[in-house]
Amino acid sequence: METKREKILDTYSGLTFKNRKDHVVELETDHTPQEITANKRSVPGLMINRGCCYAGCKGVVLGPIQDAVTLEHGPIGCGYYTWMTRRNKARGINGKSLIQYSFSTDLQETDIVFGGVKKLKQAVKEAVEIFHPKAVFICATCPVGLIGDDINSVAKWAKEEFGVQCISFSCEGYKGVSQSAGHHIANNGLMKDVIGTGTNKPTTPFSINLLGEYNIGGDAFETERILTKIGYQVVSKFTGDGVYDEIASAHLANLNLVQCHRSINYIAEMMKVKYGIDWLKVNFIGIKETIRTLREMAAYFDDEGLKKRTEEVITEELTQIQGDWDYYKKKLSGKKAGIFVGGSRSHHYMDLLADFGVETVVTGYEFAHRDDYEGREVIPDIKLDADTKNIEQLSPEKDESMYRRYIDDDTYNELKGKIELDYYKGMMKDMKKGSLIIDDYNEAETEDALSLYKPDIFYSGIKDNFMILKSGTPAKQMHSYDYDGPYTCFKGAINFAHDTFDEVNAPAWKLLTPPWNTEPTLEGSLGNSAIERGEQHA
Amino acid sequence: MLDATPKKIVDRTALRVNPCKTCQPVGAMYCALGVHQCMPHSHGSQGCCSYHRTVLSRHFKEPAIATTSSFTEGACVFGGGSNLKKAVKNIFETYDPYIIAVHTTCLSETIGDDLKSYIDEIDIPAGKLVIHTNTPSYIGSHITGFGNMMCGFINYLSKKSNTVSDKIGIFPGFVNPGDMRELKRLATSMEAKYIMFPDTSDVMDAPNKGTYQMYPKGGTTVAEIKELGSVRKVLGLGTIVSKPAAEKLKVKCGVDFDLVPYPIGIRATDTYLMKLSHLYKTEIPAAIADERGRVLDGMIDAQQYFAGKKVAVYGDPDTVLGIAAFCLELGMIPYYMITGTPSDAFEKEGAALFEGYDVKPGVIKANADLFYMQQLIKNDPVELLIGNTHGKLIAKAEDIPIVRAGFPVMDRYFGAEQPIVGYRGAMRLAEMILNALLDRKDRDADDTDLELVL
Repeated sequence: METKREKILDTYSGLTFKNRKDHVVELETDHTPQEITANKRSVPGLMINRGCCYAGCKGVVLGPIQDAVTLEHGPIGCGYYTWMTRRNKARGINGKSLIQYSFSTDLQETDIVFGGVKKLKQAVKEAVEIFHPKAVFICATCPVGLIGDDINSVAKWAKEEFGVQCISFSCEGYKGVSQSAGHHIANNGLMKDVIGTGTNKPTTPFSINLLGEYNIGGDAFETERILTKIGYQVVSKFTGDGVYDEIASAHLANLNLVQCHRSINYIAEMMKVKYGIDWLKVNFIGIKETIRTLREMAAYFDDEGLKKRTEEVITEELTQIQGDWDYYKKKLSGKKAGIFVGGSRSHHYMDLLADFGVETVVTGYEFAHRDDYEGREVIPDIKLDADTKNIEQLSPEKDESMYRRYIDDDTYNELKGKIELDYYKGMMKDMKKGSLIIDDYNEAETEDALSLYKPDIFYSGIKDNFMILKSGTPAKQMHSYDYDGPYTCFKGAINFAHDTFDEVNAPAWKLLTPPWNTEPTLEGSLGNSAIERGEQHA
Repeated sequence: MLDATPKKIVDRTALRVNPCKTCQPVGAMYCALGVHQCMPHSHGSQGCCSYHRTVLSRHFKEPAIATTSSFTEGACVFGGGSNLKKAVKNIFETYDPYIIAVHTTCLSETIGDDLKSYIDEIDIPAGKLVIHTNTPSYIGSHITGFGNMMCGFINYLSKKSNTVSDKIGIFPGFVNPGDMRELKRLATSMEAKYIMFPDTSDVMDAPNKGTYQMYPKGGTTVAEIKELGSVRKVLGLGTIVSKPAAEKLKVKCGVDFDLVPYPIGIRATDTYLMKLSHLYKTEIPAAIADERGRVLDGMIDAQQYFAGKKVAVYGDPDTVLGIAAFCLELGMIPYYMITGTPSDAFEKEGAALFEGYDVKPGVIKANADLFYMQQLIKNDPVELLIGNTHGKLIAKAEDIPIVRAGFPVMDRYFGAEQPIVGYRGAMRLAEMILNALLDRKDRDADDTDLELVL
């Protein structure tokens, strides 16, 4: 019998089949990873959901930093499309938040012909004089690399000229194969020029950085609320509600928490080498996962008062949501879900759905790497191909003056096997036999997944959203949360369940079939007999 | 909100802040979606394609299909020929469109990919078509891209003919499917025989019947685009957006054209109907004349609320000109008229709108941005904003009511299905404007001054 995986791949012939077959995996055993092909170039013409390197760098990592001007160097589109379109919220500093603005050099044909450096310099000057930012991040777009604009020297010049931090990011859209390359480039820039330069020393030993948390719909606000309540000090957030000076002082914290492994693991690893700071793979999405995370953090800091406070806060928060949790569990239990997101949420939301008895039967990532699917243990086996090896690999060295260990080697070794310390297990270990995983999913495969698995709800992005809704399947956007949130920690989980429940139960779903498709439209016996004969009136 | 915007306006020569335009390819993509069974294809790196589909979906709340050549760094060096070739094969095999409409990005334009020769080398399946246009993002705006894609279709498809048909071509411009539907209804009521190109009605406002159709029933057919070469005349709506395609068709097939403003408001709709009346020797139907009278009835009934209100209108050039014209008819003052699209004609035509009215504009400016508009407002405020979603930041910052019209409107629903053109559209626009003004009046009123009847 043809498996569902085979049915999906049946669409393709020849080379395309050969390319796509290893990106689609149907698990043969519960909770056991199988090798998947990921982080490879996309097949032209398949209507993929991926974006580009610039999106990963400017749109995702740098854009949320609220007191910096992220200046798009290129024609207007790239700046325009990253203007308040990801919902990375920021509180603002003294009421001022630069993420409400879109900055661009708006390159014209003459700039392409004669080079855009002159215009870029002038734009940086104007940005500094009008907006007085903490920093200027110059983000390159496709034509910049091609015409050879030296944005590095402009950044260097601007720093000297204006005395304002200015960093260039060569995140041209064609670099790498997806947003992922942009994450890496942004990580490198922050590591080289920002982290380690600040002086905001934390006032408690329980000091942490929240890495890979972009505060979509206020996610970081809610996580920070819980952490602060327990007694942690959040030194910096990368980069939702991000503040330049806080990020510069990140090296002074005692533990790095990694929420989105894909986008920030580079910084986590590099900070470990350079400053000796351990990182913990956390997950504040899902009730049980939040509890697990909080306990693992407490285990790392190993302080009796902190452990006690952790349990108290867990109990307090659980008490507040228990009724809702039970209610939505009853309402949602047994339903099946599909999730196609970027490089992180597909796994995390699977955990959250499990809290409510919803099983994820089909899932996938746009741009995750094998380690996000199979766990970090496969990293030594991953070979860099021609498309990704041009992305700079930094190899920072131990900083003798700032390097310090919060826990000793014995404690580290003891904890290492017990908690997700410097380790991420990947998505597949949380999945059951028969579930399907698609890497770099496209429109055709999404349509197939819908018809083969018939999920009760499908979580995806804006480009898929209306196609799924039109096919009669309830859908929620999992990047933008359909303009709601937060979905983190305890209250966020209930918020998510509430939104899911409302979507599945929208009265309009029951109105889709008009009465004339099922009832006679003509008076008398003729209509009735037509119905009896099974004729359609549509 | 927007607290970093200073009141003092300094001249910027390089920095663009909060643009009032986007880049060419999304206009081309929207145009291609207005062709039946067409797959828009973006020849560049895939980020562009995702962004462009996304903004269309956010505006229309509809799927916006399109494929991409997915350039990698290697393709930038060696050219994107093999990417396009693979893409075309995969698109026909997997998604089976009738026609693929290729547009470019700043990437493929900068490296100088020769699309025409690539397409010539491709083994296109029998009965299928691939066409292209060049849409460099560093020239003009999405409005330019829309026009270029129209030219691309005409270039490849429209056929010169010795026999002139009794049809006309109607170029609706970069407007919503709801507008296109209304323009067709009016044309039909005038007994006009027409080809609307492009036509996104029934594509970007397709119904939900529980089954997804990648190619909905709408869209101008390829046969119709071919036939455009033999129509007796083209009525180009939007003097700026529709001009390049009208000229292209004239050069290629000798088809004469008239350019008229978007039929927004009374006089512009009158013009549209009178053009059709002259072409088809038909009287304006009584039902349509009644629609006109009903809008005027309301405009006169509510005139005290419109009179003298200063408005900032911003967005795409023809849309701004159309809405500003209607504002003047309502007795309002379109004090600021701002478009991001570079266009000399915009400033000239904007100033001309004021002839015959005893009011003066504040600033009429093309190639401007919303940061500048906010600064203008800080120095000399207005009472209403009319334009796309991006203005809501200014609306909040400066505490000014806003009416959403134009592209993109990403934060409200049901809008793209409904017209702002024609008398019906005028009535809708007038109602939206009035509601915004009266909601504000009610909100600001002291309890003692709150009126039950207005």
